[in-house]
Amino acid sequence: MVRRFSKYISLKISIMLKNYFKIAIAVLRRRKFFTFISLFGISLTLTVLMVLTAFIEKVTNPVYPGDKNSRSLYIKRLTYTSKKGWINSGGSSFYFLTHYAGSLKTPVKMAIVSRNTSSNAYVNNKKIVIDIKYTNADLWNIANYQFIEGKSFTPDQINKADRVAVISERTRNEYFGDAVTVVGKYIEADNISYRITGVIKNVPEIEEVFYANMFLPYTVAKSDYRNKDFWGDYSAILLSPSEQMVTKMRTEYEQMVTRISIPDNMKKDFDTLHSDADTYFETFTRGFFGNADNVGYVRFLLFMSLFVLLFMLLPTVNLVNVNITRIMERSSEIGVRKAFGASSKTLVYQFITENIILTILGGIIGVILTIVILQVINSSGLIPDLDLNINPLVLLYSLLACLFFGLLSGVYPAWRMSRLNVVTALKAQ
Amino acid sequence: MIRLQNIEKVYRTDTIETLALNSISLDIAKGEFLSIMGPSGCGKSTLLNIMGLLDTPSRGDIKISDQKTDHLTDKQLAQFRNQKLGFIFQSYHLINDLQVLDNVELPLLYRNTTAKERKMLATEALEKVGLSNRIKHFPTQLSGGQRQRVAIARAIVGRPEIILADEPTGNLDSAMGNEIMEILINLNRNEGTTIVMVTHDENMAHKTHRLVRLFDGSQVQ
Repeated sequence: MVRRFSKYISLKISIMLKNYFKIAIAVLRRRKFFTFISLFGISLTLTVLMVLTAFIEKVTNPVYPGDKNSRSLYIKRLTYTSKKGWINSGGSSFYFLTHYAGSLKTPVKMAIVSRNTSSNAYVNNKKIVIDIKYTNADLWNIANYQFIEGKSFTPDQINKADRVAVISERTRNEYFGDAVTVVGKYIEADNISYRITGVIKNVPEIEEVFYANMFLPYTVAKSDYRNKDFWGDYSAILLSPSEQMVTKMRTEYEQMVTRISIPDNMKKDFDTLHSDADTYFETFTRGFFGNADNVGYVRFLLFMSLFVLLFMLLPTVNLVNVNITRIMERSSEIGVRKAFGASSKTLVYQFITENIILTILGGIIGVILTIVILQVINSSGLIPDLDLNINPLVLLYSLLACLFFGLLSGVYPAWRMSRLNVVTALKAQ
Repeated sequence: MIRLQNIEKVYRTDTIETLALNSISLDIAKGEFLSIMGPSGCGKSTLLNIMGLLDTPSRGDIKISDQKTDHLTDKQLAQFRNQKLGFIFQSYHLINDLQVLDNVELPLLYRNTTAKERKMLATEALEKVGLSNRIKHFPTQLSGGQRQRVAIARAIVGRPEIILADEPTGNLDSAMGNEIMEILINLNRNEGTTIVMVTHDENMAHKTHRLVRLFDGSQVQ
């Protein structure tokens, strides 16, 4: 009995769905302009959202070379504040990082890298801009740079202040031409020659901490790394022994910072010193949405949610509008269906199904558009070495959001339609 | 088959009350072909809509196949119409987005039928109205007479006991009108379908078993 009933129900649903689909496609084909506007709205919204998230994901979660991100914390800014409300912020000095962050017990490794400085080199009268980063040896252990040839410089070479360099594939190609072995050769930047020890696969420029065209030992930097000022050009990456220890590492750093006394030359103007050990994502949210006291995570989420909501609301309102117009045009059909046995509920289902089909179609077009646009961005060189991909989770959420808004934009018009009196509906034609 | 008792229909606005039907009582027997005539605005279509349960009377009772209909829910009404009634409208009301066959299948969609059964029954209905060679056409590719024949096929496909036709020949020339009338007469004669038809045409009306005349919402004959 139950089996027969469920067979009956599934038969009925499949008949209805097939019919709804047929009608939906026919209606979409007939009302080409409305269909175009609706599909355009949905697919464009979805495309913008997915391209944006692909971009944000790349900025906030670099896969190459930062593959140990879940175990890492980043110390990027050092901020002085005064009771008068003055805030002064900058990078940390090599001394500050080695002396204080270096004293922590939890981290197993600590990479210290400088902000990039640009240097010009000339090859065959052609100017090449090289972004230089100074680093200690732990960068090569924490970040997983892929070496196309050679290897990184050693701690011994750093200690001896050897003029050695790791360069990027792009710099190798620009400086030496394609397909040449360059390990052992010299590259000149700012009139100083450096011996190349290795060549790495390019890193996108937006991955600020990891990106450079030329990596040099911190000991050869022009600015003296022994300078005892707290401010400087450096950032640190702390690596904890495990993901579980990250929180402990953070707490240890925070507690240590509270014990640091402000240098005498700063005491006159400032009262407090702030420095945070943030995850890669938090360095991004703090940079754009936070400050010394606030990591900006909540603000970022609020901003993004509001943005997505407003952004999705536009095509939804548009769809509601288009749908109401469509209903008025189809009132004769509604009347006929009611006369021949469709209940109001059945018609509501039909209309919502049609709307969902429309939004899914828009979703599919959106995905195709996103793939094309990401390909274009990746190959355009607009942001060098950027490799944007569709995030499957974002894709899933976007399609779910599409379905949700499809449902939302269909419910009100469908409700209005179901209340349409048969006689009035039939007279409308 | 259809019993109307003291049917009244009043349309109310804020300022005015219009009596569209005034105490109409009518018994229509099974297998009867009845026509309703009267000047425009006399309430013919309103009466037909009330008989077809597309509209509700302000007062009075309706019984169809010995069943009272005033307490039926929206879903039950839909089911009742689907099983018992077939409609033919003056302006055909075909769905232009669907092919002829799909239009005719429409009442069967709201029943428990397979695609195969639906196709078979719809083709059979189209054969009866002489349009089995047009199943893949769209309504806009057909003449007025052909469209009305599709509408008849749609009305009879579910084998309803009653067909309600609202000026089925109103939009057609006399030759096509006669063709449609022939189909309806044959349907009534051969299948025993009860037909109630609203018409302006005396000739058509005289071809039916009984004629009811309305004037200003009241029955005068």
